[in-house]
Amino acid sequence: MELARLYGQMYRIRRFEETLLELFSAGKLVGTTHTCIGQEADAAGVIACLDPERDIVFSNHRCHGHYLAFTGDLEGLLAEVMGKATGTCGGKGGSQHLCRGSFYSNGVLGSIAPVATGMALAERERGSGAVTTVFLGDGALGQGVVYESLNLAALWRLPLLAVVENNFYAQSTPSRLQLAGGIPDRARAFGIETEQLDSTDVLEIREAAARAVARVRGSGEPFFLVIDTYRFSPHSKGDDHRDPAEIEARRLRDPLTVAAVGLGGEQRAAIERACEEELAAALAAARAAPDAG
Amino acid sequence: MAKRCVDALNEALHELLASRDDVYVLGEDVLDPYGGAFKVTAGLSDRFGGRVLATPISEASLVGVAAGLAIRGYRPILEIMFGDFVTLAFDQIVNGISKFREMYDGQVTVPLVVRMPMGGGRGYGPTHSQSLEKLLLGVPNLRVVAPSECHDLGELLGAAVADDDPVFFIENKLMYGRPNRRPEDGHVGELACRETAGPYPALLFSGSDFVGGSATIATYGGMLPAALEAATELILEEELFCEVVALSSLLPLDLDPVLESVARTGALVTVEEGTLTGGIGAELAARVQEAAFGELRAPVRRVAARDGVIPSAHGLERAVLPGPADVARAVLELAGTRAGER
Ligand SMILES: Cc1ncc(C[n+]2csc(CCOP(=O)(O)OP(=O)(O)O)c2C)c(N)n1
Ligand SMILES: [Mg+2]
Repeated sequence: MELARLYGQMYRIRRFEETLLELFSAGKLVGTTHTCIGQEADAAGVIACLDPERDIVFSNHRCHGHYLAFTGDLEGLLAEVMGKATGTCGGKGGSQHLCRGSFYSNGVLGSIAPVATGMALAERERGSGAVTTVFLGDGALGQGVVYESLNLAALWRLPLLAVVENNFYAQSTPSRLQLAGGIPDRARAFGIETEQLDSTDVLEIREAAARAVARVRGSGEPFFLVIDTYRFSPHSKGDDHRDPAEIEARRLRDPLTVAAVGLGGEQRAAIERACEEELAAALAAARAAPDAG
Repeated sequence: MAKRCVDALNEALHELLASRDDVYVLGEDVLDPYGGAFKVTAGLSDRFGGRVLATPISEASLVGVAAGLAIRGYRPILEIMFGDFVTLAFDQIVNGISKFREMYDGQVTVPLVVRMPMGGGRGYGPTHSQSLEKLLLGVPNLRVVAPSECHDLGELLGAAVADDDPVFFIENKLMYGRPNRRPEDGHVGELACRETAGPYPALLFSGSDFVGGSATIATYGGMLPAALEAATELILEEELFCEVVALSSLLPLDLDPVLESVARTGALVTVEEGTLTGGIGAELAARVQEAAFGELRAPVRRVAARDGVIPSAHGLERAVLPGPADVARAVLELAGTRAGER
């Protein structure tokens, strides 16, 4: 059943991210990380509509959920963040510079949009039918190259799906201090089709994404999907100055809680148990793996 | 009569597009009948249609777009209309294309070529006359190639396209209109000329058949004519024989030909059109003294543009940019040169 699969996907991402934060608190990880706790439905819902054999995903600094949903490779990611030789990029990339197959991420905000645009151009030229999906935050909308890329994607009719995960914050800065005008309007100005939804319901997000992906694949033209969401976790590790009441209110719409409503208790427990086992095994494997370098 | 450099480059592009389906040309105003601001892309779009793309004025993105094409299996050649505007692309260069291969642990390659007309002498003024290639030298994992008018331009461009790493291909604007003077029977004019091996060769010139000399003049790209003119003048006026080394690979810096020549001459003058501070001469000086301090009889001298803007008015521009007289003076000012120690 689809909901069970998506719930499993989201639970897996949630527990992975929580594990990272625990490892950081315990002083077991160095560097930085950006977890997507609260936003898991975006990764699960959108990527469920992609073809892992054919499509491309280019993600940003907050990329773990996208990576896990697209590649499934929990062990490689964990090892990468832990600086192990067995990591996805042999420990060179770390949390925000990942590559595996047709999944890529880079931590410079907005910078990924032109590269994803070029990839969409390559796939159009090859006639592969691939959809290139680029994930952007609301903060990345401050970058000029995003608009250059939207212009190019519209002008050259490129199969590019831009997904904006609008969590109303860029690091510590709320939208009202960094974003003028409407978000979908930005893409509409280039004649790009858009849809905006305010949802943490993975099925609803998956439906919207399915429409978007079908449009891109069918027409070969770009689409701009805006998902209003919220991040429960701090921006990176412990840096959070948001009003706790605001966070608590949003927790009522936790995507896991929303999805759980449609599942039986036993079914859920089985999914969660399997995931905990996988995570424990991955953690043991990563711990045992040799350090990079 | 040798063909003009612009025609040699244009022919090379035609051949590359004809011989490889994966080569694309992108840039502002590259389509026919205009054929690019300096006409290097003339005739390409008429012949190769969809593989020649006119772009919006979006330098900050285009290097990234080319990278996306390259990572996914194509070999794009991007023209930046004036090399001065590479500044807009620095994020893509520093945090993108130069890093992808290594930070993704060798899972991707980024075989793209960025062609950039650089240099002054045409009165285009402060923002359209610079030689900014030195800004790229501090970026690991890039290749910077700067052909001179005596290099095989087609071979060099072909090597850049065949390269699996990003190549910045520096074309000097004054060079475009000059003849592509390839060595004939080991000579360019009166000077003996040797070419090193490899995809990005250096050219070595000597007025005394490489039996020794008073100094090595190391240069590249559009400054080669000034260096050769100075070397010839020094022979005629001062009976001083210098070797000239024209590098084509600035990054990685092709040090061996310079060391080889310095071993014969015992002194080094570097010549570049860009501004002095933090330039290619500085890097050459550092490396040569590191590797061959014992060979040098005098401190290395650098000839470069004055650290300032390049004015538009002809006379003012000439005063700022280095020329043959500056090169000759630098050689004559080297300690021990006039005394004829060599
Ligand atoms: C060009 C650039 N500037 C600054 C940063 C530092 N930084 C990392 S994430 C972030 C905020 C991003 O906000 P948003 O795009 O909304 O994504 P979110 O973190 O909310 O997922 C900032 C400022 C960066 N990575 N890149
Ligand atoms: Mg945000």
